[in-house]
Amino acid sequence: MQKSLHIDPGKCTGCLQCESACSLVNEGIVNPARSRIKVFNFHDEGRFVPYTCTQCDEAWCMQACPVDAIVLNPTNGSKDVLADVCVGCKVCTIACPFGTINYNTATGKVVKCDLCGGDPACVDACPTQAITYVDANATGLDKMRAWAAKTDTSHGAAG
Amino acid sequence: MSWTKKVLRVNLSTGSVTEEPLKMEWAHDYLGQRGLATRYMVDEVDPTCDPLGPDNKFIMATGPLTGTMASTGGRYSCVCKSPLTNTIACSNSGGHFGAELKFAGWDMIIFEGKSERPVYLNVEDDVATLMPADDLWGRSVWEADKLIRQKHQDPQIRIACVGRSAEEGNLYAAVVNDLHRAAGRSGVGTVMASKNLKAVVVRGTKGLGGIRDPKEFMKTVNAGKKVLAENAVTGQGLPTYGTQVLMNVINEVGALPTRNMRETQFEGASEVSGEAMHEPRESDGKANLTTNGACFSCTIACGRISTIDRTHFSVKDKPEYWINSGGLEYEAAWALGPDTGVDDIDALTYAQFLCNEDGMDPISLGSTVAAAMELFEEGAITTEHTGGMELKFGSAEALCWAAEVAAKGEGFGRDLGLGSKRLCEKYGRPELSMTVRGQEFPAYDPRGIQGMGLAYATSNRGACHLRGYTVASEILGIPEKTDPLESAGKPGLVKAFQDATAAVDSAGLCVFTTFAWTMDDIAPQVAAACEGDWSTERMMEVGERIWNMERDFNEKAGGTGKDDTLPARLLNDGANSGPAQGRVSELDKMLPEYYELRGWSTDGMMTDETRRKFSLPA
Repeated sequence: MQKSLHIDPGKCTGCLQCESACSLVNEGIVNPARSRIKVFNFHDEGRFVPYTCTQCDEAWCMQACPVDAIVLNPTNGSKDVLADVCVGCKVCTIACPFGTINYNTATGKVVKCDLCGGDPACVDACPTQAITYVDANATGLDKMRAWAAKTDTSHGAAG
Repeated sequence: MSWTKKVLRVNLSTGSVTEEPLKMEWAHDYLGQRGLATRYMVDEVDPTCDPLGPDNKFIMATGPLTGTMASTGGRYSCVCKSPLTNTIACSNSGGHFGAELKFAGWDMIIFEGKSERPVYLNVEDDVATLMPADDLWGRSVWEADKLIRQKHQDPQIRIACVGRSAEEGNLYAAVVNDLHRAAGRSGVGTVMASKNLKAVVVRGTKGLGGIRDPKEFMKTVNAGKKVLAENAVTGQGLPTYGTQVLMNVINEVGALPTRNMRETQFEGASEVSGEAMHEPRESDGKANLTTNGACFSCTIACGRISTIDRTHFSVKDKPEYWINSGGLEYEAAWALGPDTGVDDIDALTYAQFLCNEDGMDPISLGSTVAAAMELFEEGAITTEHTGGMELKFGSAEALCWAAEVAAKGEGFGRDLGLGSKRLCEKYGRPELSMTVRGQEFPAYDPRGIQGMGLAYATSNRGACHLRGYTVASEILGIPEKTDPLESAGKPGLVKAFQDATAAVDSAGLCVFTTFAWTMDDIAPQVAAACEGDWSTERMMEVGERIWNMERDFNEKAGGTGKDDTLPARLLNDGANSGPAQGRVSELDKMLPEYYELRGWSTDGMMTDETRRKFSLPA
């Protein structure tokens, strides 16, 4: 079963455990500035929103790369950057409509989420299950279940 | 490791900014943050100095676990000598500023001297620069934050800032970071502003490496997160209701100080409780509480993100307050609510927003307003002093007005900025001030929770709940239940809480973890992250050393055992209702045993033996 990251911003508290975990696994040290997942705090609205690569099927970044440095990982569906092939031209960062692939000045390469090879660290670190790793064909299952739970036909009219 | 082992020293008189190595021999004895910064204070600052003069120093310090994935590992403290209490001041804050400082590569920043012109410090990793702040001076924290962001054009900077109250000399001004987290108590913001330092701006992209045993550390971190998640207080109560989960509980046990501590139960408590913050309001169907928010790395997330009812009189013509921001936490809700007799949750939230916007300690503000209300009732303060405002207990209008004038330091707001002790002295009724060492009480009446009376009286920074929270044991049964009306056994309990808290504060963790964690949960995380011996026993020893060092600083500043007392009201007037009815604080029964346990003289002075035991500096 292929899985995908599923984000429920309503559950996010803005603690940044996901950013720390991402950087720890991918960079070897806790450094949110180098995290592939970012949490945005919309202060005035009182909302926290985690955001990262959605692993598009027809990935713009992959299509745009002139040296084929971004490849499909057939096991988990992630689009992975081959660092030794990447020339740091940044065309992918322009092509991506969501801004989730970024250039790293320290390495001269681009970085993006690769689902940690199928065991995303951000998911394990999240204390509120705002980020889950679920069946890619049914990311809406929890939402459906929540709405289904509100359906009460025992008193005639629902609601 | 986990310390970055680097200290940034900023001399505001000369404008010099220098890097120096962290004194690791002190880190091994004082851990970090509260303990370590106080060790620097003891070494570098004359305890008798004028707190608002150039000889006082202002230290922002992180702990070794700040910036790690240990739950709540994101804290920093502001340490200096307090203008409110003339004792050591150490105020702890969460948010994201502390972790960012660590990611920039610094354990602490020591500010010394005084700048001629308003400045702010800009830290970008290794590079720190003093910048002119003339355009920021006279602005609120929220305005300054906006202007700094416009100037730097980097959305990822973190800002700690003082507001207009601090600039105007309000003695309980806070340092506010991330718009609504605050190093709130003891006037640390006043000291920062006295140096003409408006803000500290940090961007850290270096991250935090050097964990001693990364694998073991993550094992202990994950075990700790699990304990917090499975505990009823940290896993459910605090995320759902925040610290406001306590309002109804403390009222029921008859320990909710009301109307300047004249009474011990508030008839309007449920109106301003954590539960009330969830109730949809009539105007728009929304609740006061929008969501809960977390500080860096915190898996509890007790923070309240709230709105004020747009139709409320305080904000109906002020759309700038129709936003979400940091809402009511228990101590603030108590001081602004029950202590002033106000049961209007929107008025309280508005006053809280103003405390964030202009950097004031809501505990001290609320308690000072409460004292002013009693002075008004007694006729010592009149409408002539207030410019017409009827400063009556229970008046939401009076509370909102008081918060406004105190925030800006205008008119009677300057009197309110003196704090309760100096205000009551000024108007000739010092006995009406509910303070210890000049600092206002938090939200637990020591007549109904006996251990807190001793904890307040002996707190090194004046009346405070965060120096020895025996409420955990006496009311919540953590780690074991003791009888809140019984003073026997409390000296040992108070000492244990004081020592443990000093160690937790020095690690970079939040003391709220101790609703679930014992030192046996904390010490392994510190030990896995840091070189050295960090067993449970060693952590308690370090905590006790820190406590004694703070006490020693205060003694050298002129303090004596005579300061270990409570207002006559709490010692002589019995609680008027509830389970503690008729009881007073039995401080006199507890103090001698406490002194003995501490190894101090019978009149509460430090002994050479104790000083030697903890190798305290002479």
